[in-house]
Amino acid sequence: MLTTPSLDYNLLAPILIVLGGALLGVFVEGFVGRAYRARIQIIIALLTTATAFCWVISIHNLISQSAAVDSVSIDGGGLFMQGAILAMAFVALLFFTQNDHFAPQASALPGSQEEAAAVLAGVQMTEIYPLVLFAISGMLLFPVAHDLITLFVALEVLSIPLYIITGLARRRRLLSQEAALKYFLLGAYSSAFFLFGGALVYGFSGSLSLATIRTAAAAPGANHIFLLLGIVLMSVGLLFKVGAVPFHSWTPDVYQGAPTAVTGFMAACTKVAAFGAMFRIFIVAFAAVQNDWRPVFVAISIVTMAGGAIAAISQRDVKRTLAYSSITHAGFLLAGVIALSQAGLTAMMFYLVAYGFATIGAFGIVTLVRDSTGEVNDLNRWAGLAKKSPGVATAFALFLLSFGGIPLTSGFIAKFSIFTAAYATGNIAIVVVGVLSSAIALFFYLRVVLIMFFKEPTDDTVTVAVPSFLVTTGITICFIITLVLGVYPNLLFNLASTMTTLVP
Amino acid sequence: MNLLTLTIILPLLGVLGLVAVPKENTKAIKLLALASSVVTLISSLLMLTKYKFGVQGFQLVSSHSWFKVFNINYAVGIDGLALVLILLTTVLVPIVVVGGWNEAENGRWSVKTFYMLILILETFMVGVFAATDVFLFYVIFEAMLVPVYFLIGGYGRGERAAAALKFLLYSLFGGLLMLAAVIGLFVISIKQGHGTFDVTALSHLKISHNTQDWLFLGFFIAFAIKAPLFPFHTWLPGAAKSATPGTSILVLGVLDKVGTYGMIRFCIALFPEATKTFAPYIIVLSLISIIYGAFLAIGQKDLNSLIAFTSISHFGFIVLGIFAMTSQGLTGATLYMVNHGFSTAALFLVGGWMIERRKSTQVEDFGGLQRITPVMAWSFFIAGMSALALPGLSSFVSEFLVLVGTFTRYPLAAVIGTTGIVLAALYILLLVQRTLHGPLQAGNEDTPDLNWREKFALAPVIVALVLLGFYPKPAIHVINPATSQIMAAAQVTDPTPLAGK
Repeated sequence: MLTTPSLDYNLLAPILIVLGGALLGVFVEGFVGRAYRARIQIIIALLTTATAFCWVISIHNLISQSAAVDSVSIDGGGLFMQGAILAMAFVALLFFTQNDHFAPQASALPGSQEEAAAVLAGVQMTEIYPLVLFAISGMLLFPVAHDLITLFVALEVLSIPLYIITGLARRRRLLSQEAALKYFLLGAYSSAFFLFGGALVYGFSGSLSLATIRTAAAAPGANHIFLLLGIVLMSVGLLFKVGAVPFHSWTPDVYQGAPTAVTGFMAACTKVAAFGAMFRIFIVAFAAVQNDWRPVFVAISIVTMAGGAIAAISQRDVKRTLAYSSITHAGFLLAGVIALSQAGLTAMMFYLVAYGFATIGAFGIVTLVRDSTGEVNDLNRWAGLAKKSPGVATAFALFLLSFGGIPLTSGFIAKFSIFTAAYATGNIAIVVVGVLSSAIALFFYLRVVLIMFFKEPTDDTVTVAVPSFLVTTGITICFIITLVLGVYPNLLFNLASTMTTLVP
Repeated sequence: MNLLTLTIILPLLGVLGLVAVPKENTKAIKLLALASSVVTLISSLLMLTKYKFGVQGFQLVSSHSWFKVFNINYAVGIDGLALVLILLTTVLVPIVVVGGWNEAENGRWSVKTFYMLILILETFMVGVFAATDVFLFYVIFEAMLVPVYFLIGGYGRGERAAAALKFLLYSLFGGLLMLAAVIGLFVISIKQGHGTFDVTALSHLKISHNTQDWLFLGFFIAFAIKAPLFPFHTWLPGAAKSATPGTSILVLGVLDKVGTYGMIRFCIALFPEATKTFAPYIIVLSLISIIYGAFLAIGQKDLNSLIAFTSISHFGFIVLGIFAMTSQGLTGATLYMVNHGFSTAALFLVGGWMIERRKSTQVEDFGGLQRITPVMAWSFFIAGMSALALPGLSSFVSEFLVLVGTFTRYPLAAVIGTTGIVLAALYILLLVQRTLHGPLQAGNEDTPDLNWREKFALAPVIVALVLLGFYPKPAIHVINPATSQIMAAAQVTDPTPLAGK
């Protein structure tokens, strides 16, 4: 006799809504005429994320371990991550509406006649919207997954669409396809590591559920060799996703090659999902053996903070600079995981939101700075940008100052709270290396500010495209959030500190 | 509303007013900026009526919760130490506006932006001295760098962008070390029962010796960069060389005082044990600053960097007075901060006018100004005399107090410090001789003398220099309760006077 599994649709609704939106998008691709597709797809994508976000708000204080037969746990921590992903995805999607970012026909060889024909015909790549929605649904599942198989499925659902959309840049097609291939190959390896690690952990505990793994790990006298091996391999997969040193080498290439709007989305939302999942796995399943894995994570956090900051100094490309900066931030965020405390989780949540919106805004601005051949990412050509468009330059400067952790921006509060959490749990080394890497990182953030504000514009200085209404809205939202969270952090911090429950 | 909070936000209201004025109407912008800085000055003077003299502890306090999870408050209050520095700030800003009436005209951005930055900076400067919450202090300490960065980079001359970046990076680096120490203090306060950033509560913590040393260094290096103390001074000459006179006055006259103020308020009051450990080394550094700054000043060919190096020497005296840990030394150092603010303001103001007229910053391009521009020359002379601490001018009183205070504990240091006075006479008199006396240099023939606006700007500074020189008692009366409280908090007493043998 087979019993049907009971699903709590109310709690799973945010994920299901996004999946539904994605499927609807696929139908639109098939049945709606080319002329209307783009517009309908945008509306579907935005509505879907907005509805799912509202749903998350409506269930934000519910807790359940059995939303989907023990494999999904709905709790404060998970719902906060879901809300953050949806809010950021909504803003990031606003930047997707500049259609000239994406290759008209991804299947055409770069530079081929077919491609030229597609450009002439004005073909638009509207599949990107359903793909993004699929990725979002994976991201929503990742931080609430409560067993190893669900984790792996979520990881793949979020990753595969990202591999595809990375290769869709309209200009510099080869760079974009190279990035997609690199991302795919390395991503596939890291997924394999994750899966193998999961298998070893299963071998150790005899269960896929995080809760049972926890009990097995805490049992006295257990032989931990397979557990520890499993933790190592699973960590490789997770650290790859967040771009921590030494698993970071894909980050600059992929960030540079991907269409810029996609980069912003990927940088912000993937980090939330991956850190959300990481925190859950380590605090729920592996907390008992923290003395074994923690020193390794401390080391990784330190080399990530320092490595990202040092490598960024010599960059000349704005997207690569932001990529290295995101590596540094991954190091700071790891400090929150290592703290393995409520304060650490709260700080990490706040950090993810602060960093995410600043990142989306920064990449959004990168999409606007152009010349006749498209986006210009060479920093030297940004010289004197403030003279041409003070508003855009000011917004970009604010995002950079927030990355640098200057007071009165959200980045400062984020950094302060995460360092406090790390210090309180005795990881003073992380705090010291953290402030030193911040100092190094400030050098290149301020160099960009200097180039924009204090260099004279040259002849080949770029122009700033007139942003559409949606793009302006997106940048404004990011700007306001970065500023308001810096001046009045209570708004988000109080919420975050009440949503730190993680069901065991 | 609390009068202190009002003083803090008044310049910001001025900024809001400036937003409404169109960019082209520069005259209205300047007048509005002047008006709001004068209103701020009046508001700060009104605080004197509410302030109870001779009383220890913070007054005019006000506290509102700001960031609840970490128990961070917008908490402000003043004692004698903060009061004199706030008054210095609010007096200097209108003088800077009047004195540098035209200095924003050739900037990269509009005149409007310049005065908005100045007024934002004023809010931060008053706020930083008023903050009694360490976190609030830190936030303002860092945030105030941003307007200065744009003031130097946008309105300065020469290598202004590089100078601005160097200034900002140095200060932020120090600030980040301080952040680590601030976090450390907070975590210790959590572990001892109640997480707080209140400076008075933090001074009651029991911190182990080793931890104190590290936290002390975190704060001290930040303040030493700010002050600037040898060997952390290298950002200053570049910044002073590139900034407009008005910006230089605010940076050297007020901003750098945050460093020495912080040493008293935080380093000594929070980490008395560590202070005792490090004081001898810091005294050596301050002596090096005094002598080294003076020697470099003698060798400078650029008028602005010359003034900057004299300041390094003077900051050496201030730090010497602070870490001598005697009541005369501390009081003298605090008074020195005020006097140095005025005397640097006078030097930069008159120096700035000389440079504006001659279109050159090189000392050798001046000469014989005494004959054609007597008023400007006499003003520069008085400013110079105050820099070399001539008796009768205010700097003398403070320099004397610092040296006496140092002598009772570190006689040798006081003796070495005294040579700084001799060197000061050398660099100032050489400067006076080269610029004001001697044959008239070609190019100076048509130099006009000070106009009524410039005299009007300079007059209060000269009055302050003379007044505080002849009658420093009121200022000392304000400062003394604060310094004796800090001495008590640090559990040090004045050494018994050496008996004459």
